[in-house]
Amino acid sequence: MSNKDDRPDMKRREFIGKTVLAAGAASVAPGVLLTVAKAGGESRGVSSDVRYGLLIDTNKCADDCTACVDACNRENGIDLVERPKGQSDDDWNAQRPQWIRKVQLKDKQTGEITNLPMMCQHCEFPPCVDVCPTGASFKRADGIVMVDRHTCIGCRYCMMACPYKARSFIHQNVAQQLVNAPRGKGCVESCNLCVHRIDAGDMTTACQEACEKDGHQAIVFGDLKDPDSKLAKLLKTKSSRQIRADLELNTGVRYTNV
Amino acid sequence: MKKTHYSELWCSSPRFWGGLTFLAFIILLGLGATYYMEHQGHWVTGMSNQVVWGLPHVFAIFMIVAASGALNVASIGSVFGGPMYKPLGRFSALLAIGLLAGGLMVLVLDLGRPDRLVVAMTTFNLKSIFTWNILLYTGFFVIVGLYIWTMIDRKVNKYYQVTGYLAFFWRLVLTTGTGSIFGFLVAREAYDAAILAPMFIIMSFSFGLAFFIITLISAYWWAGRTLGELRLAKLKHLLGVFVGAVLYFSMVYHLTNLYITQHHGVERFILLDGGVYSLMFWLGHVLIGSIIPLFLIYSPAFASSRFAIGAASVLVLMGGFLQLYVIVIGGQAFPMNMFPGKEVVTSEFLDGVVASYIPTTAEGLLGIAGIAVAMTMVAVGSRMLKVLPENLEDPKDLEHA
Ligand code: SF4
Ligand code: SF4
Repeated sequence: MSNKDDRPDMKRREFIGKTVLAAGAASVAPGVLLTVAKAGGESRGVSSDVRYGLLIDTNKCADDCTACVDACNRENGIDLVERPKGQSDDDWNAQRPQWIRKVQLKDKQTGEITNLPMMCQHCEFPPCVDVCPTGASFKRADGIVMVDRHTCIGCRYCMMACPYKARSFIHQNVAQQLVNAPRGKGCVESCNLCVHRIDAGDMTTACQEACEKDGHQAIVFGDLKDPDSKLAKLLKTKSSRQIRADLELNTGVRYTNV
Repeated sequence: MKKTHYSELWCSSPRFWGGLTFLAFIILLGLGATYYMEHQGHWVTGMSNQVVWGLPHVFAIFMIVAASGALNVASIGSVFGGPMYKPLGRFSALLAIGLLAGGLMVLVLDLGRPDRLVVAMTTFNLKSIFTWNILLYTGFFVIVGLYIWTMIDRKVNKYYQVTGYLAFFWRLVLTTGTGSIFGFLVAREAYDAAILAPMFIIMSFSFGLAFFIITLISAYWWAGRTLGELRLAKLKHLLGVFVGAVLYFSMVYHLTNLYITQHHGVERFILLDGGVYSLMFWLGHVLIGSIIPLFLIYSPAFASSRFAIGAASVLVLMGGFLQLYVIVIGGQAFPMNMFPGKEVVTSEFLDGVVASYIPTTAEGLLGIAGIAVAMTMVAVGSRMLKVLPENLEDPKDLEHA
């Protein structure tokens, strides 16, 4: 190459810059349109006038009770997932799906003990949705965050991004499953606030129902946007908090007394 | 100046076919391992819901990062106009393509649903940095492919500079993109650092060049062609600079983390009491991957030892691999701090404890198969295309082997 002065070079550099910008814009534009179109399509029958969430009163969450966990496992067919032959206890614990888990905490200063269930926090700004390459991890208009089992490629990036370890990857073959909770090896799943119940017009989740039946009433499910809902009223009167509020994800699941 | 003649790599058949057969065998092993893991499900691997990315990801990221660095030699030749590097440009670009292909293969075959690759290629969530990486990788193949073409074909040679710049720019963005995959994981303390992306760029320079030196020496030995001392010495000194830079960045990364109070826990874990991870950091990354290679490169005792250059490159790769292992796996093993000020007494899901991850043979075989794919592409490419100069004797010292 023979360049007498650097002007042509400058121009070339400018040209490259512009080309890249143009190429970038050209590839982004249809995507943005698509995303917008999809956002409209996704909310089929679901309204953004509501936002579902939970309030968990940790004072009422009992020590040895696992009613919510058991109910969730039954409701979503998690108890049907068989342990592969030859899998060690530790591996089974680390690899089996768990949508909800009980955690017991102890305050480092005061020694106070707290019990609470952890599940997907249904973030308003969910990192799992932001990072998912295919859009399989999505948020419905009513605030429920879930995975579309048909487009999940099992990359597990959402699991890396979730600050609450709320997601499970299906590590084994699935022999039996329930119609309302489809499940497949190689895909990721997590708590969907019993979306099948909500879509059928039910206003309770399996965990809330079980907790109430056992007489603890530690879990309240409801519409965060409806000022008359029990959930909204409780949130107004009690001081609650989000776990890892510092991340500003505006979670749909709130806790009192932690 | 003497014109450089390029020709296809043409070595005695048994050596070439024997080598290829060996590579094919390794690839077959890897594919078998993949079939096993996908058929059974990931429970046969060491990965879990705690450590969700395992050994295959370390291999994949390692190769993808190195791919962009392998292009460096070509870039120096065309962007910065280094005459010693220019004849090596074609080979450097070929190696870059091979490494990227190998890395991507590993990444894809470790998906929970590799059969849904089409979904990944057609359904984009443009908010995801992962999606951007898919676009960047595809672009890299196209641009570097064109780049090789402009270097080989006289008819399109006039576009050589433009594609050179484009490739240079593209691969910087690509590595930033790869690094950013971790940068977006704000909840995980080990990755919550702005310096991670530039660190990935400098790592790519170092790993890529080490790969380049090793494949170059092997190719010339394979074909029985001459490779000049001076040229190797140049590459060697460049490697020294890069290795030093990686070490420096790594220090800055950990020092800034130490400065941020919330990150003390994870720093203690990586540097001090993380068991195997601390060991890998100090012994692997610092000693094997940085200090010993620097010694081999700069010590006058090894000034003209080809073996020392090769050994230094291999050690850089080993250390770099372990460094990535610490970043990828160690960063996941360290528990996320969900409840500051509280201690987790019990959890059914291993909250608050260091997660264990023991890689399995199958995962390792898949990773190594990725490297074999890269090497096969380089071998086949050099045999079919005119990428390697017939001889790379030093300009002045023509008699020297
Ligand atoms: S808690 Fe985790 S899985 Fe649930 S919405 Fe938030 S980031 Fe996603
Ligand atoms: S595992 Fe599935 S849902 Fe999660 S990020 Fe990957 S494709 Fe999306």
